[in-house]
Amino acid sequence: MNKTVNQKAWFLVLPVLVLVAFSAVIPLMTVVNYSVQDTFGNNQFFWAGLEWFREMLASERMWNALSRQLAFSVIILAIEIPLGIYIALNMPKKGFWASFCLVLMSLPLLIPWNVVGTIWQIFGRVDIGLLGYTLDKIGVSYNYTQDFFAAWATLIVMDVWHWTSLVALLAYAGLQSIPDAYYQAAKIDQASRWNVFRFIELPKMAGVLMIAILLRFMDSFMIYTEPFVVTGGGPGNATTFLSIDLVKMAMGQFDLGPAAAFSIMYFLVILLISWVFYTVMTNLDKRDGV
Amino acid sequence: MAWMAWTTPTAIFFIVIASLLVTFTLLAIKFPETPRTGVLGFETTRGDRLFITLLGSAFINLIWLGLEAGPQPYALLVCLIYAGGVFRWV
Repeated sequence: MNKTVNQKAWFLVLPVLVLVAFSAVIPLMTVVNYSVQDTFGNNQFFWAGLEWFREMLASERMWNALSRQLAFSVIILAIEIPLGIYIALNMPKKGFWASFCLVLMSLPLLIPWNVVGTIWQIFGRVDIGLLGYTLDKIGVSYNYTQDFFAAWATLIVMDVWHWTSLVALLAYAGLQSIPDAYYQAAKIDQASRWNVFRFIELPKMAGVLMIAILLRFMDSFMIYTEPFVVTGGGPGNATTFLSIDLVKMAMGQFDLGPAAAFSIMYFLVILLISWVFYTVMTNLDKRDGV
Repeated sequence: MAWMAWTTPTAIFFIVIASLLVTFTLLAIKFPETPRTGVLGFETTRGDRLFITLLGSAFINLIWLGLEAGPQPYALLVCLIYAGGVFRWV
């Protein structure tokens, strides 16, 4: 049966549109207005044209924050995705332990970001934190407030601890949806464990993994609270990611114009990446006939 | 509206985008879109092509500005050519 195409149904999304207008579109328009003006407070604005964009594009500070941000996102994806798949493959498929594992895996996801930050901030302290104290006692030099590598390691391990569960749960859902017949066919063909993974499990998980990659990339690309609580962007600027730098610029220095130009470029990058992921995802779905 | 710090150029900018969206919505109602596969290898509708055009134009403008390639209005010309290309081949 042919589906009827009725574009008028789009009017049904009007209430959401109004809501989004107030929470996102109008603030975003204000940011665009700020980005072409200068202000010294008092709600007085002076026309600056494209000056802030020019300044930001030439700003080493922004490019450094962007490269730190990209490095962070790539590193956590490179760890969380394979680790999440590995965990999902090894989780019990049914029974009490399956439910137990699911609940256990969900726990880190329920903790608010700032609490996660606080947990790791204390956990890593050399004087009172279990991790910091233990590392110090066994002779490992670890101080995330002063050492570049320690700060990055703490943030990466924290993010992996917080979010690998999400990848694992999504991958697990993908695995559960594979009918037994596939595995039986593989058994008849005497397929190796690797071949079962490569030709049955991985293709069947591709859709959910795409969602996992998209979610984790976007979240890590916009990360603010956790590094802010743990390192505050330090030592020096070592963990000053885009959003931390942006807040410093907008709220700390009250440079609204440059910060607005910065935000718009940040937003455009996120929009581009989301669009690419979205397109890839919908095309995967179409190919699979979902 | 004073808190939004409006300026004439930004107002024109948003009016242009809003009218594009309205025009394309009306077009979609009057002449339903049929997806087609272009050079990018995936199906796009008229609305998708508008999105690709707008997003691409933003980047063209930024690259133009970053490379100091010349007066900014010329970037709009490049965007127009780009838009033509997207609507023709994507």
